[in-house]
Amino acid sequence: MKNPLESLPNTIGLGIVLTIVLVILVKAIN
Amino acid sequence: MTVEFWAFLFRWLHVLSGVMWIGLLWYFNFVQIPNMGKIPDEQKPAISKVIAPAALFWFRWGAMATIITGLILAALNDYLWNALALGLAGSMKGAHITAIGFGMWLGAIMWFNVWFIIWPNQKRALGLVEADADTKKKSARIAMLTSRLNTMLSIPMLFAMVSAQNPVAYG
Repeated sequence: MKNPLESLPNTIGLGIVLTIVLVILVKAIN
Repeated sequence: MTVEFWAFLFRWLHVLSGVMWIGLLWYFNFVQIPNMGKIPDEQKPAISKVIAPAALFWFRWGAMATIITGLILAALNDYLWNALALGLAGSMKGAHITAIGFGMWLGAIMWFNVWFIIWPNQKRALGLVEADADTKKKSARIAMLTSRLNTMLSIPMLFAMVSAQNPVAYG
C-alpha cells in the first residue's frame, strides 16, 4: 500500500485533520 | 532591561528562525520534490549538488535556532515546564498553556526529525557521504517521507503556536 504522505494533497489533508483532533483534545482537557 | 523586553526579543528571533526553517521545509515539499521529475537528468545535479545542500544548511540550522530561541522564550515567560506538561500538571492551567504545549511538542518532534532522520538520510541520498545505489534510494525515500511528515505536523504546530497567543479563541 502506498504511504499517504507520498501525496502532497493527502499530507495537507492529514495536517488539517490532525489540527481538528488537537483542538478537540485541547477543548476536552480544559 | 525587563524580562518582558527579553521575551519580546526572543519571540522575534524565534519567529525569524521559524520562518527560515518552515519556509525551506515548504520549499522542499511544495517546490523542489514535486518538480524534480520535470528536470532533465543532465540538469539534476544543479539541484542535488548546489541548491539542495545550501537549502539543507539553512533548513537544519534554522530548526536549531528555532528550538533554542523557543525554549528560552518559554523559560522567560515562566511556562516552560507547565507547557511541556500540557497544562495537566503544575501551577499554570488553561487552554492556551495546553495549546502552546502541544505546539512545543510538535515542534520538538519536528526538530528531532530534521537532525536525526532527514539530515543523516539526505547526506547519503545527495552523495555527501559514501553509500551504494540501493542505500541512496532507500535514504532518499525515508528523507522524503519524514519531510512530508514534518509538513503535515507544521499545520497543527503553527495552529497551536498562534492560537496560544489568542486565548479568546479557546473561550
